[in-house]
Amino acid sequence: MNEDWALYEVFIRARSGLEHKHVGSLHAADARMALEHARDTYTRRQEGVSIWVVRSSDIVASDPGEAESLFEPARDKVYRHPTFYTIPEDVKNI
Amino acid sequence: MITAAESNTDAVSAEQRLRYLLRLADTSLVLGQRLSEWVGHAPTLEEDLALGNITLDLIGQARLLLAYAAQVEGRGRDEDQLAFLRDAAEFCNVSLAEQPNGDFGQTIVRQVLLDAWQVELYQSLVGSTDAQLASIAAKAMKECRYHWRFSCGWLVRLGDGTEESHARVQAALDGLWRFTGELLTPDALDAHMASHGIAPPLAAIRSRWEARIDAALEQATLRRPPPAYFPWHGKRGVHTEHLGHLLAEMQHLQRVHPGATW
Amino acid sequence: MYTQALDSPGPELASAVPAAEAERERRFQERIDRDEKIEPKDWMPEAYRQTLIRQIAQHAHSEIVGMLPEGNWITRAPSLRRKAVLVAKVQDEGGHGMYLYSAAETLGVSRGELIGQLLAGRAKYSSIFNYPTLTWADIGAIGWLVDGAAIMNQIPLCRCSYGPYARAMVRICKEESFHQRQGYEIMLTLARSGTRAQREMAQDALNRWWWPSLMMFGPSDTDSVHTAQSMRWRIKRFTNDELRQKFIDATVPQARFLGLSIPDADLRWDEATQHYATGPIDWSEFQAVLKGEGPCNRERMGARRAAHESGQWVREAAAAYADKQRARPASGRSGYAQAS
Repeated sequence: MNEDWALYEVFIRARSGLEHKHVGSLHAADARMALEHARDTYTRRQEGVSIWVVRSSDIVASDPGEAESLFEPARDKVYRHPTFYTIPEDVKNI
Repeated sequence: MITAAESNTDAVSAEQRLRYLLRLADTSLVLGQRLSEWVGHAPTLEEDLALGNITLDLIGQARLLLAYAAQVEGRGRDEDQLAFLRDAAEFCNVSLAEQPNGDFGQTIVRQVLLDAWQVELYQSLVGSTDAQLASIAAKAMKECRYHWRFSCGWLVRLGDGTEESHARVQAALDGLWRFTGELLTPDALDAHMASHGIAPPLAAIRSRWEARIDAALEQATLRRPPPAYFPWHGKRGVHTEHLGHLLAEMQHLQRVHPGATW
Repeated sequence: MYTQALDSPGPELASAVPAAEAERERRFQERIDRDEKIEPKDWMPEAYRQTLIRQIAQHAHSEIVGMLPEGNWITRAPSLRRKAVLVAKVQDEGGHGMYLYSAAETLGVSRGELIGQLLAGRAKYSSIFNYPTLTWADIGAIGWLVDGAAIMNQIPLCRCSYGPYARAMVRICKEESFHQRQGYEIMLTLARSGTRAQREMAQDALNRWWWPSLMMFGPSDTDSVHTAQSMRWRIKRFTNDELRQKFIDATVPQARFLGLSIPDADLRWDEATQHYATGPIDWSEFQAVLKGEGPCNRERMGARRAAHESGQWVREAAAAYADKQRARPASGRSGYAQAS
């Protein structure tokens, strides 16, 4: 009989106003249990005010083998950054 | 809010207040001591952590309540002297708390029955006329609500899980049910505390406790056992055989090294 | 807490690798040399993967088995404060085991498999946990010495080349910072302000835990087979002997402050090296304990197996309930909300 529980990834909002951040994973038989385990494991030291859990198998990840074609094309688009533009120092508030 | 019955004019003595506080304190302490036996031996690592957290909440409650009890007692004793230097007959926990862990199912059933009781009790005690008790209750209530969520979730999983798990928790329930009468049947001290608005009337707790338990049992597909006669009055120091052993272990070092600090 | 058995033999590196493979390994090594982190889905040499799985699993097993000797005193802790601290500490060990098993799982092995190996006696864990905790002072000595040694070992692992392991170690080191302090505080209470019986208890604990603590760092560098490769891969950052020396230098003055004596007649300060020199370590004891002949090997494994076996029906029930729930219409579920 099956006794292996699914793997879940845990995301915690550390403080109100911050985004949820991946903190680790755990095993649970169901979603409610996953939340409780996340609370008992990852917020013992007041690390959070909100928890997300998601089954690890439900996460779709990019392939590291494709990293070059996915991410390098952005490298030369420096005009997306404000420092690309030169504005005379006399001009204020820009 | 607890309201005092107007007809009652007897004052609450320090001794009575102390005895009542010890009922709450010792129940948390003894239950915490029992749960702590699980740490390192639970069915999964995650459950080790969960039971550890509940243990820590219960020890924390016991410490606050014992410190207050010591203050009411006024004999210069502290939380540790109350915890480690009283004998079984001086302990006032409800007898259910001292029952052995058994298997995980029995631990969960004991927890469900006591969590429901503590949630209702502490929820009412937040409105106690005893301000210090009310503030302890406000903290304990939040903890107990989580304990209930945890234990109730497990009761449902085990009750509605496999044939084996269903049989195990039903047997645990049948075995422990006889200790629930004590939780809900007021004695003179409960009634006296209620009449002064220090504690809620147990009749009110009973109906809310029953509603909680019935809903949980239904979801867990478990059968509620019939009411049973109970000869235990842990609240008044009349315990089962188990408490003596529990205390012998817990108090060992303090007893062997009188007066030492740790 | 921590394992020393990181150097224990594993599968040998393949000697002849095809050219394409050699090229990938060269690029892999360049990434390591640039201090880049390796992440789960990145290409990695099979030997790197296997070494990590073995090391992380041994580390995880050590945390889990390590719950037992201290857990032995939870029900007998001498004050409510000490009881709470000890529960929190043992609970942390369980958490650390979880973090580490999770890190190992990113390498393609399940926690169930790893625990199966441990329970079947096919995996190693730190030999230190095969020693008994006979008195309350042992709880102090474990925190002070065993966690002290663990911290020495673990801090460099926070910079380990494998991302999930390094991140787990950062979390573990942060949480573990209280473990050594609470242990030393117990020793202080017993040795500095305790009764005569308590002082004797403290000295006895130091006598029994000192040498096993030194052994936690693993075999001497001259006998350590895997150190060189592990250092090249930045799975390991310092040698066993370097870390052991660091621990000794830090701990000797701490023992002196407690008024306790280190059980080593040869211990002396060496002006030339500016380090403490110790007598020889009895490696035959270390090897025996590692082979399963320590005082508590059987008890520790017995306790882990008992917990696993008596928990089986619980794990099965939860899985069965989850299956039933999935088969039922999704109404009336409670306890969680949509992420938003």
